[in-house]
Amino acid sequence: MARLPFYLIVGALLLAGIALSMHRHIAYEVPWTPGERRLVWEVEAQVNLLAQGEPVRVDLALPSNQPGFRLQSEHTASSGYGLSFGETDGARRAHWSIRSAHGPQQLYYTAQILVAPSEQGVAVPPPEIPSEVLWDSPYEIAAYNIVERAWRRSADPFSFARALVRDVSGEHQDENARLLLTQFSEATLFVRLLNQAGIAAREVSGLLLEDGRRRQHLTTWIEVFDDERSILIDPISGAEDKPDNLLLWQRAAGPVLEVQGGTKSNVTFAMLRHSQPANTILHDQTTDSTLLNFSIHSLPLEEQALFMTILLIPIGALMVVILRILIGIKTSGTFMPVLIALAFIQTSLTTGLIGFLLVVVVGLVIRSYLSHLNLLLVARVSAVIITVIGIISVFSVMSWRFGLNAGLTITFFPMIILSWTIERMSILWEEEGPKEVLIQGGGSLLTAVIAYLAMTNPWIRHITFNFLGVQLILMALILMIGNYTGYRLLELWRFKPLAER
Amino acid sequence: MRKVVNALHAKGVIGMNTRNIRYIGRYNDRRLYPLVDDKLQTKLLATEHGVITPALIGTVRSQFEVRHIAKMVAECPGFVIKPAKGSSGKGILVIERVEGDEYVKPSGTRISRKDVERHLSNILSGLYSLGGSPDAALIETLINFDERFADYTHEGVPDIRVIVFKGYPVMSMMRLSTAASDGKANLHQGAVGVGLDIGSGMAVRAVQFDRPCSVHPDTGREVASLKIPDWETLLHLSSACYEMSGLGYFGADLALDRDLGPMLLELNARPGLAIQMANGEGLKGRLDLVEAQPEGRSVQERVAFSVHHFARNTQPSLVGALTPA
Repeated sequence: MARLPFYLIVGALLLAGIALSMHRHIAYEVPWTPGERRLVWEVEAQVNLLAQGEPVRVDLALPSNQPGFRLQSEHTASSGYGLSFGETDGARRAHWSIRSAHGPQQLYYTAQILVAPSEQGVAVPPPEIPSEVLWDSPYEIAAYNIVERAWRRSADPFSFARALVRDVSGEHQDENARLLLTQFSEATLFVRLLNQAGIAAREVSGLLLEDGRRRQHLTTWIEVFDDERSILIDPISGAEDKPDNLLLWQRAAGPVLEVQGGTKSNVTFAMLRHSQPANTILHDQTTDSTLLNFSIHSLPLEEQALFMTILLIPIGALMVVILRILIGIKTSGTFMPVLIALAFIQTSLTTGLIGFLLVVVVGLVIRSYLSHLNLLLVARVSAVIITVIGIISVFSVMSWRFGLNAGLTITFFPMIILSWTIERMSILWEEEGPKEVLIQGGGSLLTAVIAYLAMTNPWIRHITFNFLGVQLILMALILMIGNYTGYRLLELWRFKPLAER
Repeated sequence: MRKVVNALHAKGVIGMNTRNIRYIGRYNDRRLYPLVDDKLQTKLLATEHGVITPALIGTVRSQFEVRHIAKMVAECPGFVIKPAKGSSGKGILVIERVEGDEYVKPSGTRISRKDVERHLSNILSGLYSLGGSPDAALIETLINFDERFADYTHEGVPDIRVIVFKGYPVMSMMRLSTAASDGKANLHQGAVGVGLDIGSGMAVRAVQFDRPCSVHPDTGREVASLKIPDWETLLHLSSACYEMSGLGYFGADLALDRDLGPMLLELNARPGLAIQMANGEGLKGRLDLVEAQPEGRSVQERVAFSVHHFARNTQPSLVGALTPA
């Protein structure tokens, strides 16, 4: 028989499921385990200035997504100020304004920044190289000499920049460099010298993240470009590797802080590190929902809760399939145990088990009386339904009176299903005796408990809810088990005498 | 565990999953199921093909007909009520005789006419049918019990199950009701299963609750002495059900009538596996042998093939076991 298409389908489902899950894990950083926590930096920028009673305008550079860091949320606090955000070429800025202000002013900006190793960030285009770099006469010669010397000892823009750092602030510092440094700061001098050599470069401002630090200042780094590639160089030490804890606050040319109508302005930073469960981070990332990011998290919260349950049903079904096909447990009603397990989720296991047994036992007693009334089947089952509702109501009221709030959750039981269970068990009792009722009833309860344990397992809940691809894997598993022709576990016991002969 | 699996494989024992996928799924066309799931249709089909079945007294199809049951069975000494779509013996009520308004079951229990009517109305509302769909009730004559089997059974009529694969009878057993099975011939309810040699119709081995036994638990009669009369006829009858039903793998349930010989009670498209226990042998080897046979043989040829190949004394391993006695 041609089983090839079957295996192809199973293989395709498995592959698609695994690929989708991997995509969610890698591209959206959904962790495999629910307990996994993510590092979040809370960075606060405080702008201080002394207002002169005139209109005040404050313009502050803001961080954006960048390699290694993702901006999760941001807030500002600035009483009385109007606020707007602007963005040009990946450089974000906040603009505060007020008609008149007196005395010391404080403006706050807070950002939650997620440590995200896979983040690529927003690309900031390289700056233009000015056509001519102008120097005053004594400096022009010095600059020319430094560039000339570094140029000879380098091969490309990056090695040129390295040579330049050594010549200007490193061990090879000569009088040319010392002369130039009287006029310019290191960073500015570097950018000018690099530009003079026809290399694109700019000053960027970064913040070294250290837990619990306050009153920190931005440090200046030089970003040197070779076409699209770029490296960061510390203009003082010449260090070249970007530290992992360096957050680039401002990545375009221009000042970090601009103030009009105020004096003695500065900006200081405070930061705090804390870890968050990955799930809460997922909730904050609902903004970009493409087709591949097909996630339940894009639904409103109420529907999410509903889906959480629906997505667990295949897990329950898989348990039933395993227990029936691989183990060989008998249940009353194929998927009745799954529905009972769903009810257990609402009631908690002990309450659920006690409630289930109470309802079924009392129901069986009443049903045995109904069987003497010679009723038609539909009418009888309807009568059982009403009886079940009666039993549930009585138990709820009684447990409430006794102060057991848990008793109230008994209303989560699927009443129609319970009624049919009672009807079937009652027939089974009459037809095949109490032993078979115990076997099938016990089998159903055991299956329900196992399905419940699987469906309440935090890891399984996390996986099914966050990785829809898992549904395809479940499908493939169930298809494969449906193809199983080996012995069931309990058949080994059943056929044992044959094996011994 | 590994050892048990290997031993069972070596014996050719098939499990539920193999039965469902390898045989039922492959050889039984779903569209033919109604023919065997509805005993009324089976009966009509059997009559058409000349297969003998117990005489039909009447059918009850609607609730208002239920009241006519007393009139319907007035002429008969005993009768059997069966749900047309019942499965595994569910809902079968056997009445041995009627005394006034009281109906006597083989166990001697007396039930009232009301009880019989309630049973009928339960059948009609689909209590015993697959999936609970509305059903009809068949009323058949009681089979005239062959007295030779009186010692082998408790109350009920013993029936013979023959597994027929592609028209070849491959394995058979007799099911003897016991007190534990409440007079019903259902193995999982505690009836004794006696494996029958396809070659001779003689007892091979007996089991109750899937465990070997040698005597009938209620009558104390040794089951090894059991021998079915008219064995060839019985095999022909079950083999003929292949052409009649079109099913590749089924169980034919037959009973022996004192006067009329073997009769077909019903066909089962999903026969159980306990027959392997009763015969102490797996089905796989025989099924594989039949699977290798060409199509288009007649009933006679098929029965002859089965008798020749599946007879016990042709198997060398058992010849030794039989000779010392």
